[in-house]
Amino acid sequence: MRDLVADNLTVALGGRPVLAGVSARFRPGEVTAVVGPNGAGKSTLLACLAGLRRPDAGRVSLDGEPILGLAPRQRARRIGFLPQTPEVAWAVDVETLVGLGRTPHSGAHGLSEADHAAVQAALVRTRMTGLARRDVTTLSGGERARALLARVLAGEPSWLLADEPLAGLDPGHQLDAVDLMRAFAAEPGHGVVMTLHDLGVALRLADRVLVLRDGALIADAAPLEALTPAVLERAYGVKAAIVSGAWGPLIELIGRVDD
Amino acid sequence: MTRRLLLLGGLGLLVLLLSGLSLMAGRVWVPWSAWTQAAQDPRWAIIFELRLPRTILAVAVGAALGLSGAVMQGYTRNPLADPGVMGVSSMAALGAVMTMYLSLSLATPWLLFAAAMIGAVVGVAVMLVLAGGTGGTITFILAGVILNTVASAGVALALSLAPSPWAAQEIINWLLGSLADRSADDVWRALPFIAIGSGLMLMLGRALDALTLGETGARALGIDLNLTRVLLAVGVGLASGASVAVTGMIGFVGLITPHLMRPLVGHQPGALLAPSAVAGAALVLAADILVRLTPSVAEVRLGVAMAAVGGPFFLALLISMRRRLA
Repeated sequence: MRDLVADNLTVALGGRPVLAGVSARFRPGEVTAVVGPNGAGKSTLLACLAGLRRPDAGRVSLDGEPILGLAPRQRARRIGFLPQTPEVAWAVDVETLVGLGRTPHSGAHGLSEADHAAVQAALVRTRMTGLARRDVTTLSGGERARALLARVLAGEPSWLLADEPLAGLDPGHQLDAVDLMRAFAAEPGHGVVMTLHDLGVALRLADRVLVLRDGALIADAAPLEALTPAVLERAYGVKAAIVSGAWGPLIELIGRVDD
Repeated sequence: MTRRLLLLGGLGLLVLLLSGLSLMAGRVWVPWSAWTQAAQDPRWAIIFELRLPRTILAVAVGAALGLSGAVMQGYTRNPLADPGVMGVSSMAALGAVMTMYLSLSLATPWLLFAAAMIGAVVGVAVMLVLAGGTGGTITFILAGVILNTVASAGVALALSLAPSPWAAQEIINWLLGSLADRSADDVWRALPFIAIGSGLMLMLGRALDALTLGETGARALGIDLNLTRVLLAVGVGLASGASVAVTGMIGFVGLITPHLMRPLVGHQPGALLAPSAVAGAALVLAADILVRLTPSVAEVRLGVAMAAVGGPFFLALLISMRRRLA
Protein backbone atom coordinates (compact mmCIF):
# COMPACT_ATOMS: atom_id res chain seq x y z
CA MET A 1 0.00 0.00 0.00
CA ARG A 2 2.80 2.51 -0.74
CA ASP A 3 0.83 3.77 -3.71
CA LEU A 4 0.11 7.32 -4.72
CA VAL A 5 -3.57 7.44 -5.58
CA ALA A 6 -5.57 10.14 -7.36
CA ASP A 7 -9.26 9.79 -6.78
CA ASN A 8 -11.72 11.67 -9.00
CA LEU A 9 -9.61 14.86 -9.15
CA THR A 10 -11.57 17.84 -10.39
CA VAL A 11 -10.17 21.35 -10.88
CA ALA A 12 -11.77 24.31 -12.63
CA LEU A 13 -10.01 27.57 -13.45
CA GLY A 14 -12.24 30.54 -14.24
CA GLY A 15 -15.18 28.28 -15.09
CA ARG A 16 -13.12 26.16 -17.47
CA PRO A 17 -12.58 22.57 -16.33
CA VAL A 18 -8.86 21.80 -16.12
CA LEU A 19 -9.21 18.35 -14.58
CA ALA A 20 -12.52 16.53 -14.92
CA GLY A 21 -12.63 13.62 -12.56
CA VAL A 22 -9.18 12.04 -13.02
CA SER A 23 -8.54 8.81 -11.11
CA ALA A 24 -5.27 6.92 -11.31
CA ARG A 25 -3.08 4.75 -9.11
CA PHE A 26 0.71 5.07 -9.20
CA ARG A 27 2.79 2.19 -7.89
CA PRO A 28 6.36 2.13 -6.64
CA GLY A 29 8.82 0.72 -9.14
CA GLU A 30 7.10 2.36 -12.09
CA VAL A 31 8.04 5.30 -14.27
CA THR A 32 4.78 6.82 -15.40
CA ALA A 33 4.61 9.38 -18.19
CA VAL A 34 1.68 11.79 -18.40
CA VAL A 35 1.20 13.04 -21.96
CA GLY A 36 -1.41 15.10 -23.75
CA PRO A 37 -1.77 18.28 -25.81
CA ASN A 38 -0.98 21.72 -24.38
CA GLY A 39 -3.54 22.76 -21.81
CA ALA A 40 -4.80 19.22 -21.21
CA GLY A 41 -4.19 19.54 -17.46
CA LYS A 42 -0.89 17.68 -17.12
CA SER A 43 0.81 20.22 -14.87
CA THR A 44 -2.32 20.67 -12.75
CA LEU A 45 -2.54 16.92 -12.24
CA LEU A 46 1.10 16.81 -11.16
CA ALA A 47 0.66 19.76 -8.76
CA CYS A 48 -2.35 17.99 -7.20
CA LEU A 49 -0.35 14.76 -6.86
CA ALA A 50 2.46 16.69 -5.16
CA GLY A 51 0.03 18.18 -2.66
CA LEU A 52 0.76 21.70 -3.91
CA ARG A 53 -2.71 22.33 -5.23
CA ARG A 54 -6.04 21.67 -3.57
CA PRO A 55 -8.46 20.12 -6.07
CA ASP A 56 -12.03 21.46 -6.14
CA ALA A 57 -13.21 17.91 -5.67
CA GLY A 58 -11.58 14.53 -5.25
CA ARG A 59 -8.43 13.76 -3.35
CA VAL A 60 -4.90 12.43 -3.51
CA SER A 61 -3.65 9.92 -0.99
CA LEU A 62 -0.22 8.53 -0.24
CA ASP A 63 0.07 5.22 1.62
CA GLY A 64 -3.65 5.54 2.26
CA GLU A 65 -3.36 8.97 3.93
CA PRO A 66 -4.83 12.10 2.33
CA ILE A 67 -1.89 14.12 1.11
CA LEU A 68 -3.34 17.48 2.12
CA GLY A 69 -3.61 16.16 5.69
CA LEU A 70 0.17 15.75 5.93
CA ALA A 71 2.27 18.51 7.51
CA PRO A 72 4.10 20.35 4.69
CA ARG A 73 7.49 19.15 5.95
CA GLN A 74 6.38 15.51 6.13
CA ARG A 75 4.89 15.72 2.66
CA ALA A 76 8.05 17.33 1.31
CA ARG A 77 10.18 14.50 2.72
CA ARG A 78 8.20 11.91 0.80
CA ILE A 79 7.46 13.71 -2.45
CA GLY A 80 10.16 15.42 -4.46
CA PHE A 81 8.75 17.90 -6.97
CA LEU A 82 10.63 19.33 -9.93
CA PRO A 83 8.69 22.32 -11.30
CA GLN A 84 8.53 23.19 -14.97
CA THR A 85 11.21 25.76 -15.92
CA PRO A 86 12.57 25.93 -12.36
CA GLU A 87 13.70 29.29 -11.12
CA VAL A 88 17.09 29.80 -9.44
CA ALA A 89 16.96 33.35 -8.16
CA TRP A 90 20.45 33.81 -6.73
CA ALA A 91 23.93 33.01 -7.98
CA VAL A 92 24.56 30.21 -5.47
CA ASP A 93 26.98 27.35 -6.17
CA VAL A 94 25.78 23.90 -7.18
CA GLU A 95 26.40 22.36 -3.77
CA THR A 96 24.32 25.05 -2.05
CA LEU A 97 21.53 24.55 -4.57
CA VAL A 98 21.54 20.79 -4.05
CA GLY A 99 21.63 21.40 -0.28
CA LEU A 100 18.28 23.20 -0.58
CA GLY A 101 16.82 19.77 -1.29
CA ARG A 102 17.54 18.94 2.36
CA THR A 103 15.21 21.72 3.59
CA PRO A 104 12.47 19.30 4.78
CA HIS A 105 15.08 17.38 6.82
CA SER A 106 17.44 20.03 8.14
CA GLY A 107 17.09 21.87 11.42
CA ALA A 108 17.39 25.57 12.09
CA HIS A 109 21.17 25.36 12.37
CA GLY A 110 22.02 24.38 8.83
CA LEU A 111 22.91 21.00 7.40
CA SER A 112 23.89 18.02 9.54
CA GLU A 113 26.44 15.31 8.67
CA ALA A 114 23.63 13.16 7.25
CA ASP A 115 22.43 16.11 5.16
CA HIS A 116 25.90 16.63 3.72
CA ALA A 117 26.19 12.92 2.95
CA ALA A 118 22.88 12.99 1.05
CA VAL A 119 24.01 16.04 -0.90
CA GLN A 120 27.28 14.34 -1.86
CA ALA A 121 25.41 11.17 -2.88
CA ALA A 122 23.06 13.19 -5.08
CA LEU A 123 26.03 14.97 -6.68
CA VAL A 124 27.70 11.64 -7.42
CA ARG A 125 24.54 10.17 -8.92
CA THR A 126 24.07 13.09 -11.26
CA ARG A 127 27.83 13.27 -12.03
CA MET A 128 27.93 16.85 -10.73
CA THR A 129 30.70 16.35 -8.14
CA GLY A 130 33.27 18.11 -10.32
CA LEU A 131 30.96 21.11 -10.71
CA ALA A 132 29.98 21.36 -7.03
CA ARG A 133 31.68 24.76 -6.57
CA ARG A 134 30.41 26.25 -9.82
CA ASP A 135 27.98 29.14 -9.79
CA VAL A 136 24.59 27.81 -10.96
CA THR A 137 24.06 30.79 -13.28
CA THR A 138 27.14 29.83 -15.30
CA LEU A 139 26.02 26.25 -16.02
CA SER A 140 24.89 25.04 -19.45
CA GLY A 141 21.27 23.93 -19.87
CA GLY A 142 22.11 20.26 -19.47
CA GLU A 143 24.29 20.81 -16.39
CA ARG A 144 21.63 23.00 -14.85
CA ALA A 145 18.97 20.32 -15.39
CA ARG A 146 21.26 17.76 -13.71
CA ALA A 147 21.89 20.11 -10.78
CA LEU A 148 18.15 20.64 -10.29
CA LEU A 149 17.54 16.91 -10.46
CA ALA A 150 20.29 16.43 -7.89
CA ARG A 151 18.47 18.97 -5.72
CA VAL A 152 15.36 16.75 -5.73
CA LEU A 153 17.34 13.54 -5.19
CA ALA A 154 19.16 15.04 -2.21
CA GLY A 155 15.84 15.19 -0.37
CA GLU A 156 15.67 11.37 -0.55
CA PRO A 157 11.96 11.32 -1.42
CA SER A 158 10.01 8.14 -2.19
CA TRP A 159 8.26 9.79 -5.10
CA LEU A 160 9.76 11.95 -7.81
CA LEU A 161 7.22 14.12 -9.62
CA ALA A 162 8.76 16.04 -12.51
CA ASP A 163 6.96 18.57 -14.71
CA GLU A 164 8.49 18.54 -18.22
CA PRO A 165 11.94 17.51 -17.00
CA LEU A 166 13.19 16.98 -20.55
CA ALA A 167 12.05 20.31 -22.00
CA GLY A 168 14.92 22.21 -23.55
CA LEU A 169 17.45 19.36 -23.30
CA ASP A 170 19.36 17.92 -26.24
CA PRO A 171 18.86 14.19 -26.98
CA GLY A 172 21.95 13.11 -25.03
CA HIS A 173 20.94 15.00 -21.92
CA GLN A 174 17.37 13.76 -22.30
CA LEU A 175 18.64 10.19 -22.16
CA ASP A 176 20.81 11.02 -19.12
CA ALA A 177 17.82 12.47 -17.30
CA VAL A 178 15.60 9.50 -18.14
CA ASP A 179 18.35 7.09 -17.01
CA LEU A 180 18.56 8.89 -13.68
CA MET A 181 14.82 8.68 -13.20
CA ARG A 182 14.73 5.01 -14.16
CA ALA A 183 17.53 4.27 -11.70
CA PHE A 184 15.61 6.16 -9.02
CA ALA A 185 12.41 4.21 -9.67
CA ALA A 186 14.34 0.91 -9.53
CA GLU A 187 15.08 1.41 -5.84
CA PRO A 188 12.66 -0.20 -3.40
CA GLY A 189 9.64 1.91 -2.57
CA HIS A 190 10.42 4.59 -5.18
CA GLY A 191 8.22 5.77 -8.02
CA VAL A 192 8.38 8.43 -10.74
CA VAL A 193 5.62 10.42 -12.42
CA MET A 194 6.60 12.91 -15.11
CA THR A 195 4.81 14.95 -17.71
CA LEU A 196 6.27 14.71 -21.19
CA HIS A 197 5.82 16.21 -24.63
CA ASP A 198 8.01 13.74 -26.47
CA LEU A 199 5.81 10.74 -27.30
CA GLY A 200 8.82 8.75 -28.52
CA VAL A 201 10.43 8.98 -25.08
CA ALA A 202 7.14 8.04 -23.42
CA LEU A 203 6.76 5.02 -25.70
CA ARG A 204 10.31 3.75 -25.23
CA LEU A 205 11.22 4.63 -21.68
CA ALA A 206 8.08 4.74 -19.54
CA ASP A 207 6.53 1.73 -17.84
CA ARG A 208 3.12 3.25 -18.11
CA VAL A 209 1.53 6.13 -19.98
CA LEU A 210 -1.44 8.31 -19.04
CA VAL A 211 -3.01 10.32 -21.84
CA LEU A 212 -4.97 13.43 -20.87
CA ARG A 213 -7.27 15.41 -23.10
CA ASP A 214 -9.32 18.40 -21.89
CA GLY A 215 -8.77 17.33 -18.31
CA ALA A 216 -10.02 13.80 -18.78
CA LEU A 217 -7.99 10.62 -18.81
CA ILE A 218 -8.45 8.88 -22.16
CA ALA A 219 -5.83 6.17 -21.73
CA ASP A 220 -3.96 4.61 -18.80
CA ALA A 221 -1.94 1.56 -19.73
CA ALA A 222 1.44 0.21 -20.80
CA PRO A 223 2.97 2.46 -23.52
CA LEU A 224 2.04 0.34 -26.51
CA GLU A 225 -1.52 -0.09 -25.30
CA ALA A 226 -1.97 3.56 -24.34
CA LEU A 227 -0.37 5.24 -27.35
CA THR A 228 -2.49 3.65 -30.08
CA PRO A 229 -3.34 5.47 -33.32
CA ALA A 230 -6.94 5.85 -32.11
CA VAL A 231 -5.87 7.47 -28.82
CA LEU A 232 -3.37 9.76 -30.55
CA GLU A 233 -6.06 10.88 -32.96
CA ARG A 234 -8.43 11.66 -30.09
CA ALA A 235 -5.80 13.38 -27.98
CA TYR A 236 -3.85 15.40 -30.54
CA GLY A 237 -5.98 15.31 -33.69
CA VAL A 238 -3.13 13.68 -35.63
CA LYS A 239 -2.89 10.59 -37.76
CA ALA A 240 -0.07 8.39 -36.56
CA ALA A 241 1.14 4.86 -36.94
CA ILE A 242 3.13 2.74 -34.53
CA VAL A 243 5.86 1.06 -36.56
CA SER A 244 8.59 -1.28 -35.41
CA GLY A 245 12.03 0.22 -35.75
CA ALA A 246 15.30 -1.63 -35.56
CA TRP A 247 15.48 -1.13 -31.75
CA GLY A 248 11.80 -1.08 -30.83
CA PRO A 249 8.50 0.59 -31.60
CA LEU A 250 8.39 4.08 -33.08
CA ILE A 251 5.63 6.59 -33.61
CA GLU A 252 5.36 7.80 -37.15
CA LEU A 253 3.41 11.01 -37.60
CA ILE A 254 1.43 11.04 -40.81
CA GLY A 255 -0.40 14.34 -40.56
CA ARG A 256 -3.34 16.25 -39.20
CA VAL A 257 -6.74 14.60 -39.14
CA ASP A 258 -8.98 16.45 -41.60
CA ASP A 259 -12.03 17.82 -39.92
CA MET B 1 30.70 27.82 8.45
CA THR B 2 33.90 28.78 10.26
CA ARG B 3 34.51 31.47 7.67
CA ARG B 4 31.11 32.91 8.42
CA LEU B 5 31.75 32.91 12.16
CA LEU B 6 35.09 34.61 11.52
CA LEU B 7 33.36 37.29 9.46
CA LEU B 8 30.67 37.79 12.09
CA GLY B 9 33.34 38.04 14.77
CA GLY B 10 35.29 40.58 12.72
CA LEU B 11 32.20 42.68 12.06
CA GLY B 12 31.23 42.48 15.73
CA LEU B 13 34.68 43.72 16.71
CA LEU B 14 34.32 46.58 14.23
CA VAL B 15 30.98 47.55 15.81
CA LEU B 16 32.63 47.52 19.26
CA LEU B 17 35.51 49.71 18.12
CA LEU B 18 33.15 52.13 16.38
CA SER B 19 30.95 52.22 19.49
CA GLY B 20 33.95 53.28 21.55
CA LEU B 21 34.83 55.92 18.98
CA SER B 22 31.21 57.06 18.92
CA LEU B 23 31.33 57.71 22.66
CA MET B 24 34.52 59.79 22.27
CA ALA B 25 33.79 61.70 19.10
CA GLY B 26 31.86 64.91 18.58
CA ARG B 27 32.15 68.65 19.21
CA VAL B 28 33.77 67.80 22.54
CA TRP B 29 36.38 65.11 22.29
CA VAL B 30 36.17 62.80 25.32
CA PRO B 31 39.20 60.52 25.43
CA TRP B 32 39.26 57.13 27.07
CA SER B 33 41.06 58.54 30.12
CA ALA B 34 38.08 60.76 31.00
CA TRP B 35 35.73 57.78 31.25
CA THR B 36 37.32 56.34 34.32
CA GLN B 37 37.38 59.56 36.34
CA ALA B 38 33.81 58.97 37.34
CA ALA B 39 31.21 61.59 37.95
CA GLN B 40 33.30 64.67 38.73
CA ASP B 41 34.21 65.24 35.12
CA PRO B 42 31.51 67.30 33.35
CA ARG B 43 32.21 65.33 30.21
CA TRP B 44 30.77 62.31 31.94
CA ALA B 45 27.27 63.57 31.28
CA ILE B 46 28.09 64.01 27.60
CA ILE B 47 29.07 60.37 27.34
CA PHE B 48 26.27 58.77 29.29
CA GLU B 49 23.35 61.09 28.64
CA LEU B 50 24.00 62.13 25.05
CA ARG B 51 26.38 59.78 23.33
CA LEU B 52 25.47 56.46 24.90
CA PRO B 53 21.79 56.58 23.80
CA ARG B 54 22.92 57.80 20.40
CA THR B 55 25.43 54.97 20.05
CA ILE B 56 22.99 52.28 21.17
CA LEU B 57 20.36 53.59 18.78
CA ALA B 58 22.83 53.73 15.89
CA VAL B 59 23.68 50.06 16.45
CA ALA B 60 20.03 48.98 16.87
CA VAL B 61 18.67 51.00 13.95
CA GLY B 62 21.54 49.97 11.68
CA ALA B 63 21.02 46.31 12.52
CA ALA B 64 17.25 46.58 12.02
CA LEU B 65 17.61 48.29 8.64
CA GLY B 66 20.39 45.98 7.38
CA LEU B 67 18.42 42.92 8.40
CA SER B 68 15.16 44.26 6.94
CA GLY B 69 16.95 44.88 3.64
CA ALA B 70 18.43 41.37 3.55
CA VAL B 71 15.05 39.80 4.38
CA MET B 72 13.16 41.83 1.78
CA GLN B 73 15.74 41.16 -0.93
CA GLY B 74 15.58 37.44 -0.10
CA TYR B 75 11.80 37.28 -0.10
CA THR B 76 11.30 39.28 -3.30
CA ARG B 77 14.34 37.68 -5.00
CA ASN B 78 15.13 41.24 -5.97
CA PRO B 79 18.51 42.79 -5.11
CA LEU B 80 17.02 46.30 -5.24
CA ALA B 81 14.52 45.79 -2.41
CA ASP B 82 14.75 47.48 0.98
CA PRO B 83 12.31 49.18 3.38
CA GLY B 84 12.92 52.53 1.67
CA VAL B 85 12.51 51.38 -1.94
CA MET B 86 9.47 49.26 -1.11
CA GLY B 87 7.68 52.10 0.65
CA VAL B 88 7.70 50.52 4.11
CA SER B 89 9.69 53.39 5.66
CA SER B 90 7.41 55.94 4.00
CA MET B 91 4.35 54.21 5.43
CA ALA B 92 5.97 54.22 8.87
CA ALA B 93 6.77 57.92 8.43
CA LEU B 94 3.19 58.60 7.42
CA GLY B 95 1.97 56.93 10.61
CA ALA B 96 4.40 58.94 12.72
CA VAL B 97 3.61 62.21 10.95
CA MET B 98 -0.10 61.71 11.58
CA THR B 99 0.52 61.67 15.33
CA MET B 100 2.64 64.82 15.05
CA TYR B 101 0.00 66.50 12.94
CA LEU B 102 -2.60 65.72 15.58
CA SER B 103 -0.12 66.95 18.23
CA LEU B 104 -0.35 63.64 20.04
CA SER B 105 3.32 62.83 19.89
CA LEU B 106 4.48 65.11 22.71
CA ALA B 107 1.85 64.13 25.27
CA THR B 108 2.08 60.41 24.56
CA PRO B 109 5.36 59.62 22.79
CA TRP B 110 4.58 55.91 22.52
CA LEU B 111 1.72 56.75 20.16
CA LEU B 112 4.25 57.88 17.58
CA PHE B 113 6.00 54.51 17.87
CA ALA B 114 2.76 52.58 17.63
CA ALA B 115 1.61 54.58 14.61
CA ALA B 116 4.96 54.16 12.84
CA MET B 117 4.98 50.41 13.40
CA ILE B 118 1.36 50.04 12.31
CA GLY B 119 2.20 52.06 9.21
CA ALA B 120 5.18 49.82 8.46
CA VAL B 121 3.25 46.56 8.97
CA VAL B 122 0.46 47.88 6.73
CA GLY B 123 3.12 48.84 4.19
CA VAL B 124 4.64 45.35 4.08
CA ALA B 125 1.20 43.74 3.99
CA VAL B 126 0.02 45.93 1.12
CA MET B 127 3.23 45.16 -0.74
CA LEU B 128 2.74 41.41 -0.26
CA VAL B 129 -0.87 41.63 -1.45
CA LEU B 130 -0.13 43.90 -4.42
CA ALA B 131 2.70 41.67 -5.55
CA GLY B 132 0.49 38.63 -5.02
CA GLY B 133 1.34 35.01 -5.64
CA THR B 134 2.82 35.72 -9.04
CA GLY B 135 5.24 38.29 -7.57
CA GLY B 136 7.57 39.17 -10.43
CA THR B 137 10.38 41.65 -9.76
CA ILE B 138 8.55 44.39 -11.64
CA THR B 139 5.34 43.92 -9.64
CA PHE B 140 7.27 44.32 -6.39
CA ILE B 141 9.03 47.46 -7.57
CA LEU B 142 5.74 48.92 -8.79
CA ALA B 143 4.11 48.05 -5.48
CA GLY B 144 6.93 50.01 -3.81
CA VAL B 145 6.45 52.98 -6.13
CA ILE B 146 2.71 53.03 -5.36
CA LEU B 147 3.26 52.84 -1.59
CA ASN B 148 5.95 55.53 -1.68
CA THR B 149 3.74 57.82 -3.73
CA VAL B 150 0.68 57.39 -1.52
CA ALA B 151 2.67 57.78 1.70
CA SER B 152 4.54 60.87 0.45
CA ALA B 153 1.25 62.42 -0.60
CA GLY B 154 -0.11 61.81 2.90
CA VAL B 155 2.96 63.37 4.51
CA ALA B 156 2.78 66.37 2.16
CA LEU B 157 -0.88 66.80 3.00
CA ALA B 158 -0.16 66.75 6.73
CA LEU B 159 2.60 69.33 6.20
CA SER B 160 0.45 71.69 4.18
CA LEU B 161 -2.46 71.44 6.59
CA ALA B 162 -0.24 71.60 9.69
CA PRO B 163 -2.07 73.39 12.53
CA SER B 164 0.95 75.56 13.36
CA PRO B 165 4.31 76.45 11.84
CA TRP B 166 5.81 74.81 14.88
CA ALA B 167 4.18 71.44 14.05
CA ALA B 168 5.31 71.71 10.43
CA GLN B 169 8.87 72.43 11.59
CA GLU B 170 8.79 69.45 13.92
CA ILE B 171 7.61 67.16 11.10
CA ILE B 172 10.29 68.40 8.69
CA ASN B 173 13.06 68.07 11.27
CA TRP B 174 12.02 64.57 12.10
CA LEU B 175 11.63 63.51 8.45
CA LEU B 176 15.23 64.42 7.64
CA GLY B 177 16.46 61.60 9.82
CA SER B 178 18.95 62.02 12.63
CA LEU B 179 20.31 60.38 15.75
CA ALA B 180 21.14 63.65 17.49
CA ASP B 181 19.68 64.44 20.93
CA ARG B 182 18.00 61.10 21.47
CA SER B 183 17.35 60.23 25.11
CA ALA B 184 17.44 57.05 27.14
CA ASP B 185 13.63 57.03 26.94
CA ASP B 186 13.87 56.79 23.16
CA VAL B 187 16.21 53.82 23.56
CA TRP B 188 13.77 52.01 25.85
CA ARG B 189 10.86 52.67 23.52
CA ALA B 190 12.59 51.47 20.36
CA LEU B 191 14.85 48.68 21.55
CA PRO B 192 12.26 46.03 22.54
CA PHE B 193 10.44 46.27 19.20
CA ILE B 194 13.64 46.26 17.19
CA ALA B 195 14.77 43.18 19.15
CA ILE B 196 11.48 41.31 18.64
CA GLY B 197 11.26 42.25 14.96
CA SER B 198 14.87 41.23 14.35
CA GLY B 199 14.30 37.93 16.16
CA LEU B 200 11.34 37.17 13.91
CA MET B 201 13.33 38.05 10.80
CA LEU B 202 16.25 35.83 11.84
CA MET B 203 13.80 32.89 11.90
CA LEU B 204 13.21 33.30 8.14
CA GLY B 205 16.58 31.97 6.94
CA ARG B 206 15.42 28.54 5.80
CA ALA B 207 12.32 29.89 4.08
CA LEU B 208 14.32 32.57 2.25
CA ASP B 209 16.89 29.99 1.15
CA ALA B 210 14.13 27.75 -0.19
CA LEU B 211 12.57 30.70 -2.03
CA THR B 212 15.69 30.70 -4.21
CA LEU B 213 13.73 28.02 -6.11
CA GLY B 214 10.67 30.27 -6.47
CA GLU B 215 7.38 30.04 -4.62
CA THR B 216 6.41 26.65 -6.06
CA GLY B 217 9.87 25.30 -5.32
CA ALA B 218 9.73 26.55 -1.73
CA ARG B 219 6.28 25.07 -1.16
CA ALA B 220 7.43 21.76 -2.62
CA LEU B 221 10.22 21.80 -0.03
CA GLY B 222 7.63 22.00 2.74
CA ILE B 223 7.88 25.74 3.46
CA ASP B 224 4.68 27.30 4.81
CA LEU B 225 4.62 30.52 2.78
CA ASN B 226 1.70 32.03 4.67
CA LEU B 227 3.60 31.73 7.94
CA THR B 228 6.65 33.19 6.17
CA ARG B 229 4.63 36.21 5.03
CA VAL B 230 3.21 36.83 8.51
CA LEU B 231 6.67 36.62 10.11
CA LEU B 232 8.06 38.90 7.41
CA ALA B 233 5.33 41.53 7.76
CA VAL B 234 5.48 41.64 11.55
CA GLY B 235 9.28 41.34 11.73
CA VAL B 236 10.08 44.02 9.13
CA GLY B 237 7.17 46.14 10.38
CA LEU B 238 8.25 46.20 14.02
CA ALA B 239 11.97 46.60 13.38
CA SER B 240 11.88 49.18 10.60
CA GLY B 241 8.80 50.92 12.05
CA ALA B 242 10.47 51.39 15.44
CA SER B 243 13.65 52.54 13.67
CA VAL B 244 11.82 55.15 11.62
CA ALA B 245 9.94 56.28 14.72
CA VAL B 246 13.13 57.00 16.63
CA THR B 247 15.37 58.37 13.85
CA GLY B 248 13.12 59.52 11.02
CA MET B 249 13.88 58.41 7.49
CA ILE B 250 17.33 56.91 6.99
CA GLY B 251 17.45 55.33 3.57
CA PHE B 252 19.79 53.04 1.66
CA VAL B 253 21.17 51.12 4.67
CA GLY B 254 18.93 48.13 3.93
CA LEU B 255 19.72 48.35 0.24
CA ILE B 256 23.50 48.66 0.47
CA THR B 257 24.36 46.33 3.33
CA PRO B 258 23.40 42.98 1.74
CA HIS B 259 25.35 43.98 -1.37
CA LEU B 260 28.44 44.67 0.71
CA MET B 261 28.08 41.24 2.33
CA ARG B 262 27.45 39.12 -0.80
CA PRO B 263 31.08 39.03 -1.96
CA LEU B 264 32.03 37.84 1.55
CA VAL B 265 29.34 35.27 2.37
CA GLY B 266 27.87 34.37 -1.03
CA HIS B 267 24.39 34.90 -2.38
CA GLN B 268 22.46 32.44 -0.20
CA PRO B 269 19.76 34.67 1.35
CA GLY B 270 19.65 32.92 4.73
CA ALA B 271 23.42 33.17 5.21
CA LEU B 272 23.22 36.93 4.56
CA LEU B 273 20.87 37.73 7.44
CA ALA B 274 23.14 37.86 10.49
CA PRO B 275 26.11 39.48 8.67
CA SER B 276 23.79 42.12 7.16
CA ALA B 277 22.47 42.99 10.63
CA VAL B 278 25.95 43.45 12.10
CA ALA B 279 27.26 45.26 9.02
CA GLY B 280 24.22 47.56 9.03
CA ALA B 281 25.03 48.48 12.62
CA ALA B 282 28.63 49.26 11.67
CA LEU B 283 27.52 51.31 8.66
CA VAL B 284 25.08 53.55 10.55
CA LEU B 285 27.50 53.93 13.44
CA ALA B 286 30.32 54.97 11.11
CA ALA B 287 28.05 57.36 9.21
CA ASP B 288 26.82 58.94 12.45
CA ILE B 289 30.41 59.49 13.66
CA LEU B 290 31.35 61.11 10.33
CA VAL B 291 28.30 63.34 10.49
CA ARG B 292 29.33 64.55 13.94
CA LEU B 293 32.89 65.24 12.87
CA THR B 294 31.93 67.14 9.73
CA PRO B 295 32.79 70.80 10.33
CA SER B 296 29.60 72.72 9.68
CA VAL B 297 27.45 75.27 11.51
CA ALA B 298 24.59 72.86 12.13
CA GLU B 299 25.14 69.12 12.16
CA VAL B 300 24.55 67.45 8.79
CA ARG B 301 21.48 65.20 9.04
CA LEU B 302 22.28 61.49 9.04
CA GLY B 303 19.39 60.74 6.67
CA VAL B 304 20.70 63.36 4.24
CA ALA B 305 24.26 62.04 4.47
CA MET B 306 23.12 58.44 3.86
CA ALA B 307 21.11 59.55 0.84
CA ALA B 308 24.10 61.43 -0.53
CA VAL B 309 26.23 58.27 -0.32
CA GLY B 310 23.42 55.80 -1.09
CA GLY B 311 22.09 57.48 -4.21
CA PRO B 312 25.28 57.06 -6.25
CA PHE B 313 25.67 53.53 -4.90
CA PHE B 314 22.17 52.66 -6.08
CA LEU B 315 22.97 54.09 -9.50
CA ALA B 316 26.21 52.10 -9.75
CA LEU B 317 24.26 48.97 -8.77
CA LEU B 318 21.69 49.54 -11.51
CA ILE B 319 24.40 50.09 -14.09
CA SER B 320 26.27 46.92 -13.13
CA MET B 321 22.99 44.93 -13.18
CA ARG B 322 22.20 46.23 -16.65
CA ARG B 323 25.64 45.18 -17.80
CA ARG B 324 25.19 41.69 -16.38
CA LEU B 325 21.79 41.28 -18.02
CA ALA B 326 22.89 42.68 -21.37
